[in-house]
Amino acid sequence: MYETTYHRPASIDEAAALFAKHPDAKYLAGGHTLIPVMKQRLAAPSDVIDLARIKDMIGIEATADALIIKAATTYYDITQSAAAKKAIPAIVHLTSVLGDPAVRYRGTIGGSIANNDPAADYPAAVLALNATIKTNKREIKGDDFFQGLFSTALEDNEIITSVSFPIPAKAGYAKMRHPASRFALTAVFVAQSKSGEVRVAATGASQSGVMRVPAIEAALKANWSAGALDGVNISADGLMGDIHGSAEYRANLIKVMAQRAVEAAS
Amino acid sequence: MGVEGIGARVARKEDKRFITGRGRYVDDVKVIGLTHAHFIRSPHAHAKVKGIDASAAKDMPGVVDVLTAQQLVDDKIGNLICGWAVSSKDGTPMKMGAWPAMAPDTVRFVGQAVAVVIAETKNQAKDAAEAVVVEYEELPAVSSMTTALAKSAPQLHPEAPGNVVYDWAIGDEKQTNDAFSKAANVVSLDLTNNRLVPNAMEPRAAVAEYDEAEEHFTLHTTSQNPHVARLVLSAFYNVAQEHKLRVIAPDVGGGFGSKIFIYPEEMVALWASKKVRRPVKWTGDRTEAFLTDAHGRDHMSHAEMAFDANNRILGLRVKTHANFGAYMSLFSSSVPTYLYATLLSGQYNIPTIYAEVMGVYTNTTPVDAYRGAGRPEASYLVERLMETSARQLKVDPAELRRINFVTQFPHQTPVIMAYDIGDFGASLDAALKAIDYSGFPARKAKAKAAGKLRGLGFSCYIEACGIAPSKAVGSLGAGVGLWESAEVRVNPVGTIEVLTGSHSHGQGHETTFAQLVAGRLGISVDQVQIVHGDTDKVQFGMGTYGSRSAAVGMSAIFKAMEKVEAKAKKIAAHLLEASEGDIVIENGEFKVAGTDKAIALPMVALAAYTAHNLPDGMEPGLKEGAFYDPTNFTFPAGAYICEVEIDPGTGKTDIVDFVAVDDFGRLINPMIVEGQVHGGLAQGIGQAMLESAVYDDNGQPVTASFMDYAMPRADDVPSFRVSHTTTLCPGNPLGVKGCGEAGAIGSSPAVINAITDALGHNKIEMPATPGRVWEALQLRQAAE
Ligand SMILES: Cc1cc2nc3c(=O)[nH]c(=O)nc-3n(C[C@H](O)[C@H](O)[C@H](O)COP(=O)(O)OP(=O)(O)OC[C@H]3O[C@@H](n4cnc5c(N)ncnc54)[C@H](O)[C@@H]3O)c2cc1C
Repeated sequence: MYETTYHRPASIDEAAALFAKHPDAKYLAGGHTLIPVMKQRLAAPSDVIDLARIKDMIGIEATADALIIKAATTYYDITQSAAAKKAIPAIVHLTSVLGDPAVRYRGTIGGSIANNDPAADYPAAVLALNATIKTNKREIKGDDFFQGLFSTALEDNEIITSVSFPIPAKAGYAKMRHPASRFALTAVFVAQSKSGEVRVAATGASQSGVMRVPAIEAALKANWSAGALDGVNISADGLMGDIHGSAEYRANLIKVMAQRAVEAAS
Repeated sequence: MGVEGIGARVARKEDKRFITGRGRYVDDVKVIGLTHAHFIRSPHAHAKVKGIDASAAKDMPGVVDVLTAQQLVDDKIGNLICGWAVSSKDGTPMKMGAWPAMAPDTVRFVGQAVAVVIAETKNQAKDAAEAVVVEYEELPAVSSMTTALAKSAPQLHPEAPGNVVYDWAIGDEKQTNDAFSKAANVVSLDLTNNRLVPNAMEPRAAVAEYDEAEEHFTLHTTSQNPHVARLVLSAFYNVAQEHKLRVIAPDVGGGFGSKIFIYPEEMVALWASKKVRRPVKWTGDRTEAFLTDAHGRDHMSHAEMAFDANNRILGLRVKTHANFGAYMSLFSSSVPTYLYATLLSGQYNIPTIYAEVMGVYTNTTPVDAYRGAGRPEASYLVERLMETSARQLKVDPAELRRINFVTQFPHQTPVIMAYDIGDFGASLDAALKAIDYSGFPARKAKAKAAGKLRGLGFSCYIEACGIAPSKAVGSLGAGVGLWESAEVRVNPVGTIEVLTGSHSHGQGHETTFAQLVAGRLGISVDQVQIVHGDTDKVQFGMGTYGSRSAAVGMSAIFKAMEKVEAKAKKIAAHLLEASEGDIVIENGEFKVAGTDKAIALPMVALAAYTAHNLPDGMEPGLKEGAFYDPTNFTFPAGAYICEVEIDPGTGKTDIVDFVAVDDFGRLINPMIVEGQVHGGLAQGIGQAMLESAVYDDNGQPVTASFMDYAMPRADDVPSFRVSHTTTLCPGNPLGVKGCGEAGAIGSSPAVINAITDALGHNKIEMPATPGRVWEALQLRQAAE
């Protein structure tokens, strides 16, 4: 690791002000992405601004229409939240199969979304549930937020403050874990909104990151059942292929995971 | 034998310090004036080193020096050696390219060091390393054996034309071909034994100190065999003289073979400590471990088995290619030859065997012994061939094995090994019973109804441990003898120190060795201290590998104990005014048999050291040493049965049951034995289903971190069902065989045999990942 200066601001505004002063700074949340890359000397922020201790950035609340998770809330806290379990059990399930206990104690939903790893779990939920990302500057719709591998609509200094998930009629998540990293080899989030809209997102599969799956959305719109997907064909074009699975295998997984997510949906 | 003697489940003495974080590992060693080394490593698989410019780096903060490969050459530091000479079948010696500890002109694998920065802190060393400019001229690389052996392939070493180290053979070719020509059936199989990364929990490390006044070196290092390290460092590398070098291997966090070898980094640290006149520490990080710890396995084989009309084996023919990586590591040459092909007879009566092994250079990390070393490759080949044969010949796989089992002992195989004892039928019977073999069809049908594919696979493995009779291995080309030494010191107060040349890095010697002593004297294990891992304390020793510590190391302790007891009995008889032959040892006392006359061990010990009243002519003291050279290998064997269930939607395989029945001879501590088996099984299952070191076509490693290299986790393995059958080893005084590697040797074929059973065909290689299993299922569907 290169030398760096650590800051622990007390508020979101203070964090943003610190960032303005140090143009080569990085925000730090759970550190489960940022710290490993710093250790490998692949990132060299002059300053590290810790968001994880800011009280206004931690907490979970559910209204009649939405589950709102503040950005620095850890995965562990999400798995333990009665409000989250009641509002969107699929989110809690997704969180419980994310990483391992050490990762879950530290990692945060904001960090995960800001990082937009093409095999991360949360982006699938954000996209399928049509969530809104709130920052210290604006609100960004899920559809506009993810912009390919490790790239998002966030500006350099922008801080995600919370994520608001509309409560769906039904939602489910099924994940095939990568044998080594335990990220998603391919995972699928299916959701039916209260107005009947069906949205399906797959992560870990595409060469360009998290994606919607229109063929599955159409089939489920017509008939919300696992069996409705039997005849759906997913093309392997544009999907990732590597030593852990060919593009064809991932195409198969999109369908199989979607079926299992529908079966698990509640 | 007492409650803490042989056979007792004594809790491990060493675990108190390990589980409370009080272990003392090499990286914990702190000495005054310590500097830190960071190596500059090649990013290319094959390149010429055109120049190194360290001038800017030398001026950076905290930098003590930057040492380059050329300085090693100038100081006449020796190249790394390979300690086992293996000749090709035409009689020519193996063709070995030179392996300098840092590469002065050519790098041959990604991660090979070219220079080292020594600085006040590790971070300063890393900062400076970025300022060292190394100019490379890239050369074409070969990353697989197939490309290395192709005509006009890039050549690694001028000494080894065609990238071939040797073309070796064992057995009788003509006799074997004759057997095949008479066969009623021939079964053949191509298989790959995947390359593995050892991944000990503790990375390699070294702390080197040079005392200028004494011209004396001290090296703390992560070694399984500190004396061998000292011998090699002094006799071959010219870094230090043997009597001026102390090597200490303190607590070592796992080795699995990878810490047998003497690597460039440890040797450079030692050399550098004299050059910079400061102590030097190097602790590898996980990436360095992936790139530079000797890898394991990596074979490609074609195997054929000939059967008569009654399904009895007539012969076995094997052709294996073994990947050595870019250089010949310390024992690499022996692994795919004498540690592999000599076990190809398996548990079976095979009248004739002919095996050819070609050793091949590639631009990859060097390959050497890794848990099992050659024997997993042999058992994988033999046991997959047996299962394939059973299916092809339409015989029950248990039955095919049974009718071919060796049942008379001793048994001379056609490939050197002479099995001393075993009861292969007994372990197979026990395994069949444990798994409820007859209930399998019903379980398979039930799984099918639930949309799952169930399969069952066997592995009846045999291996050779307790290496080894020195004369025998010497005649096969080994550069060392493979005996072990022990010294038993009874202190004046009756407590005991046992100095052993074997080294414990997870095996539990501090407990099991103490059990032997405690049991013989009828005292508590707390009265016995095991001392190991320091060349200044322990006389000499060959170290720990090849499951040799009980069979060889403890046998040496046994011999030393006999000497100690004989002398102590003489003293006791003298003090009790009895005859020596009447003295028996019980509960820590020397007793006159049949009387109530007795004297406690501390009193005998004290008498030995006061020397006020010893038998005439007896030397004072109570301390004896012994060297034990085994008469034969030992032959642990067993039967493993694995039952799997495949989810056809994802290709994910679950091991639903795993039964392991081993014959290890006498068990010293059954709890520790079970732990060794569990760990071995996890490694074998890891090889079968998860682990694989992969290189791309340019020789770049694709799996150089845990994000890509899949280590088995707790939820990847089932709850094992482990049990034992026993035939006592006649070759050593304890009747022990060795248990450290069996799990890793026997389990991979059982897993793959179960998966191929579920798949209904044989077209799958290790690791059988979900992706590969799914592809294999598509093949099956295409065929249907
Ligand atoms: C062993 C291991 C296994 C893992 N397995 C999984 C898995 O299965 N699934 C999965 O999805 N992930 C997995 N991860 C990644 C993990 O979820 C990370 O924690 C996550 O990607 C980043 O979250 P963080 O809070 O740790 O962020 P950090 O590492 O602290 O930050 C990541 C990036 O986001 C930025 N950032 C953080 N918070 C904010 C914010 N509020 N606003 C703006 N920018 C911000 C930082 O500046 C940085 O660039 C794994 C990680 C590890 C180490």
